[in-house]
Amino acid sequence: MAGFLLRRLLNYLVLIVVATSLAYMLAASALNPRSNYEGRNPPIPEKVIDARLSELNLNDQTPLVQRYLTWAGDVAHGDFGRTVAGGSVNDDLGRRVGVTLRLITVGVVLGSLTGVLVGAYAAVRQYGVFDRLATGASFAVLAIPTVVLANILIIGAVSFNELTGTQVFLVSGEETPGLEGDLLTQLVDRLRHLILPTLSLSLGLIAVYSRYQRNMMLDVLGADFVRTAMAKGLRRRTALVRHALRTALIPAVTYFAFTFGALLVGTTFTEKIFGWHGMGEWLVDSISTNDVNTVAAISCFAALAVLVASLASDVLHAVLDPRVRVG
Amino acid sequence: MAITDERFAEQEAAAAGLAAPSRLRVVAGRFFGSLQGRVGFALLGLLFLLAFAGPYVGRWGYTDKDFMAFLQPPSPEHWWGTLQTGADVYAVTLRGMQKSLIVGLLAAVVGTSLAAVVGAFAGYFPGWADRVLTWFTDLLLVLPAFLILAIMSPLFAGGQWPLFVLLLAMFLWMITSKVVRSMTVSLKEREFIQAARFMGVPPTTIIFRHVIPNMSSLLVVDATLNVSAAILTETSLSYFGFGIQPPDVSLGSLIADGARTAVYAPWTFWFCAGLLIVTVLAVNLVGDSLRDALDPASKRAVRRGAR
Amino acid sequence: MSERDECRAGARFPGRLPLSQFQGLMARQERGGRHRRRALPVPAVTTGPVLEVTGLDVTFGTGPDAVHAVRGVSYAVRPGEVLGIVGESGSGKSVASLAVMGLLPPHARATGSVRLLGREILGATEKTLTAFRGKTISMVFQDPLSALTPVYRVGDQVAEAVRIHQRVSRQQAAKRAVELLDLVGIPNAAQRARAFPHEFSGGMRQRAVIAMAIANDPDVIICDEPTTALDVTIQAQVLEVLKRAQRETGAAIIMITHDLGIVAGFADRVMVIYAGRSVETGSVDDVYYRPRMPYTMGLLGSIPRLDTGGGRPLVPIAGSPPSPVALPPGCPFEPRCPIAVPACSEKEPALEPVDAPDHLAACVRAGEIEAEGWSPAEVYRVAEPQVPTEETASPVRPREEREVVLAVDGLTRHYPLMRGAVFRRRVGTVHAVDGISFDIREGETLGLVGESGCGKTTTLMEILELARPQHGTIVVLGHDTSALGARDRMAVRRDMQVVFQDPLASLDPRMTVYDIVAEPLRAHGFGNPGPRIQELLGLVGLDPGHAARYPQDFSGGQRQRIGIARALALEPRLVVLDEPVSALDVSIQAGVVNLLEDLKRRLGLSYLFVAHDLAVVRHIADRVAVMYLGRIAEIGGVGDVYDAPMHPYTQALLSAVPLPDPRRERSRRRVLLEGDLPSPAAPPSGCRFRTRCPLFRTLDETGQSRCVNEEPQVRPFGEDHGVSCHFAEKVEVV
Repeated sequence: MAGFLLRRLLNYLVLIVVATSLAYMLAASALNPRSNYEGRNPPIPEKVIDARLSELNLNDQTPLVQRYLTWAGDVAHGDFGRTVAGGSVNDDLGRRVGVTLRLITVGVVLGSLTGVLVGAYAAVRQYGVFDRLATGASFAVLAIPTVVLANILIIGAVSFNELTGTQVFLVSGEETPGLEGDLLTQLVDRLRHLILPTLSLSLGLIAVYSRYQRNMMLDVLGADFVRTAMAKGLRRRTALVRHALRTALIPAVTYFAFTFGALLVGTTFTEKIFGWHGMGEWLVDSISTNDVNTVAAISCFAALAVLVASLASDVLHAVLDPRVRVG
Repeated sequence: MAITDERFAEQEAAAAGLAAPSRLRVVAGRFFGSLQGRVGFALLGLLFLLAFAGPYVGRWGYTDKDFMAFLQPPSPEHWWGTLQTGADVYAVTLRGMQKSLIVGLLAAVVGTSLAAVVGAFAGYFPGWADRVLTWFTDLLLVLPAFLILAIMSPLFAGGQWPLFVLLLAMFLWMITSKVVRSMTVSLKEREFIQAARFMGVPPTTIIFRHVIPNMSSLLVVDATLNVSAAILTETSLSYFGFGIQPPDVSLGSLIADGARTAVYAPWTFWFCAGLLIVTVLAVNLVGDSLRDALDPASKRAVRRGAR
Repeated sequence: MSERDECRAGARFPGRLPLSQFQGLMARQERGGRHRRRALPVPAVTTGPVLEVTGLDVTFGTGPDAVHAVRGVSYAVRPGEVLGIVGESGSGKSVASLAVMGLLPPHARATGSVRLLGREILGATEKTLTAFRGKTISMVFQDPLSALTPVYRVGDQVAEAVRIHQRVSRQQAAKRAVELLDLVGIPNAAQRARAFPHEFSGGMRQRAVIAMAIANDPDVIICDEPTTALDVTIQAQVLEVLKRAQRETGAAIIMITHDLGIVAGFADRVMVIYAGRSVETGSVDDVYYRPRMPYTMGLLGSIPRLDTGGGRPLVPIAGSPPSPVALPPGCPFEPRCPIAVPACSEKEPALEPVDAPDHLAACVRAGEIEAEGWSPAEVYRVAEPQVPTEETASPVRPREEREVVLAVDGLTRHYPLMRGAVFRRRVGTVHAVDGISFDIREGETLGLVGESGCGKTTTLMEILELARPQHGTIVVLGHDTSALGARDRMAVRRDMQVVFQDPLASLDPRMTVYDIVAEPLRAHGFGNPGPRIQELLGLVGLDPGHAARYPQDFSGGQRQRIGIARALALEPRLVVLDEPVSALDVSIQAGVVNLLEDLKRRLGLSYLFVAHDLAVVRHIADRVAVMYLGRIAEIGGVGDVYDAPMHPYTQALLSAVPLPDPRRERSRRRVLLEGDLPSPAAPPSGCRFRTRCPLFRTLDETGQSRCVNEEPQVRPFGEDHGVSCHFAEKVEVV
């Protein structure tokens, strides 16, 4: 068993190394950090730019292989190098992961939980009013791109604030800068910032999970063991919750791990539009600013997130489903 | 023997000509039997008509600029208003839609075909072929697609959008390929495949004659849903300027421009955003109804009862 | 306690129950009794039927597509009585029982009357129904694999059944669950109760389902094909458990099955269902010995019997059951009936009494049949066996002189045993096939029989792969598979073809019959397959005009004929048949078996016939090899092995097969095996059968140590009879 785990982790490591290196190579050859310094007034002397770029290991005069080796050597020591602005990528990474985690945790949990409940109930009442409504709503939500959804939410919130003359919803950033007050005030302020991005995240997730759970639930509704449970004398409702839902939950929970992993780097729009300085925003910014080291670091983190998520989903599956549990 | 042979040739022709549509007819019947399918199909038809025939009706080309009207609301002159540049919203939106539809369709078809072939070969040949293909699939799965596509975006400038389609497709197939692989593993145990194997039919023939056709329902549905996935990815990339490059336009680049002026000039945002929503909705409706129509399991309730 | 409860309680507690169990039962009984009184009034008459079904109709859907699955079925069962309901798939027998339980899917409509203990429960509220279900009436389902919730422990699921109807604590319910599992014969019940369903074998799962069914002392137990998914020795065990459960609870049992053998030995009365309607009902003896409905006669005539050998062709019923959507206006059996008269198609005959007052048959000619005393053979006008015709008249060369078409020597196949999804790893080696040898000569059929897990399918796959085996040799038509090049392998493939079990699964649903049968011809480079296909379809009894249709458009028997046509396309000399008839209903099966025999005679084929159904093998095979846990237990001519089996396993296997003959069934001595097949990953040392061997237990210490330490090899007994047992002796068991 240890051998198997080791082989699997080794395979993961190879995947991460290859994926990150590939991303670095691509970024280093396609992005042009030099352009950041061009067209300035007064023009910066070529030598200064070269020196600055060399210092950051971004100089396109240096052969790509050499730059790669320098970078890889640093990464092997746990240092992702420096951003174009000169800061440490590691520091930025830590800070931004924190922001993203604070953003998505509530949204993902809320979204998947609600989605599962909606989907399960819709399956039990297949072709009923609720099922039709839920299906229609999720189709509509799934068709609205996050950009549009986020903008609609902002427009709605702003008009609500204007209408009531209050400031219930805060549409930009994670907290009000320079806000003084006790813990409670701080917390309330953060919550008010959190509502809209959470909604924007979880609406989509509810739609996805409800469709998914509905299908899973329909698969087990006709299963023999549900019939057995009812033949024992359980009421339909009890049999459905205790036997059908419990079994149909397994795929949703494993899917949950995947969602979480994917969203760690995937909430680009929400972060960009609501002004949260998390991983997603960083990703877009790093490309616009030709920040090669940051791009590589994000790729590495994304690969890690996906693999940890897949491992976690396997482990969760094993925990929930005795059929695949380690014997 | 020549006579019977002819008769059989006829029968074969009849089989090809008649029996194939019979399945098609069943599926089509089930598809159009559902309201969802009818609505989706009608919407999609209308959208295609609008995107490809619409420009001939409008007075302005998508490259024309009306220097007499900057950021004007809809009027008889400019049906959907104008942009800040003086471009006609109707013309550019339809142009963007054309691009989005073509990119989405092509990327989905390429992606799904890739998924089918890679998955089927990985599932059919256990051992090193499976390991190599699976590893490659995993690698693409862990690479952040958005990032790679964004980095490559300068390559798409100057009418190189087919390259964009290919790259988009490269990141659309992995999950499906994994599903196809596991289905192939179980299909391979099915007796009709074993029978073919023991008859001496070569493996590649088996894959293309038995394995892939028996997953066609999955693949058709997957391709449909990939269309909307591709359109949405294309839109979001273009929104950040990483997708379709100027002077060409797509719904994504239009939405990005429109979002800035949406508050005081809603027509710059809502026409393209609305059309995008309707397009994705229509594709999803069609995909979902196709799944129901193709999947015999959705008849389950009736069949179980009749047992 | 009411009078009724007292007498039931008294009857139910034989002295052999351990004290703790007895107390548990007592405590439960008091609570149960109170509960029962509250739930429903105790009926005044206790000798009347516990369950009475009258004019039950079940319809699925509405409009022109409506399916009338059950049409006017009536029956009644008294306490302690066993009613067998017999019918083929699609006859509506399972739907009728689900309707009684109130477990029909929502789009089904049931009308008529179902009275349980005198109270109408058809259409009752869910509240009423849940009070009955699992308490007064309980059910054992067909497929034990899916009848238990996979994510809960078996003990918890049994305990849940207890707690639904009895107000006991969690611990008490768990204790009671262990007692129940012990009662149904699960060894180590306390420990096994903590296992999950997937860790149980099929037989064990079915025992657990029975434990749930008897948890609350029901008055009626409905068993819906309870042993269909099980092996024959396990079936015998489970039937024994059901009998014990009935003794313990005094319940009436409704046994739904397609197997006339099970009903013969188990039931008091029997009802035959065809196309959703009861066509004959009566005491078991009346129906089996004096059938008055041609369908019943056909069923009885089409079963291959273990106790009579081949030679006599089976009596297939022509055609297939009518579609429940488009029933003919008259008797639904009329299109298939050999003695149909015009009156049959006018209106559906009612069930009317024939010779005995409780023997009813729905046939306009029932009186005639009775008066003339027609036997099934007379009704179906069976041609006398045409055995002494030209084929057999030509002198059959003795076995030794005929060519060996397949020789297997010391074949071994081991698999790595993998465990775990997350941390997949090898935990052992499955000894699927462990050194078996046999040969098949030209024109001969070898039956390879054994229960699931015995290695017969692995053997077959090893032969079909035509690759070098791990150990031993396989020689097909003179070619050693370990020395085959690609070209030779292709040539051997031409001469060896296969027919699989599931006719639908073995035909690509997306290809027409023409393309399916043409595939081998094309693969071997024959252009223009048209005439050959026409010939082949005619050969297997299909209309060549149907070549353009898809497999889905055919019935099960017809599909298997397509599979056979495909196997014969290249004019093979050896055909490997993997359970070719086990997925078919008996009336259809007979036709396919007859076809296979006929083809063999006409085309001079040799068959390797792999099957678990011993009766079919007796019918079709010349020689038989019995496998147990990867080894051959006994091999020899069919007559020798079936009439005088010498290996204790063969004896147990043969004695476990129920005969469709009530009197013989009642007088038979069963050799019951204990427990399940040991895991092929850890086969017992020495003789693999010793852990379950009835003979082993009677041996003295030296004999036993021989079985433990020394693996028996196949020893010859007589001319063509080999047995791998140190202490083989002849016993007649059939």
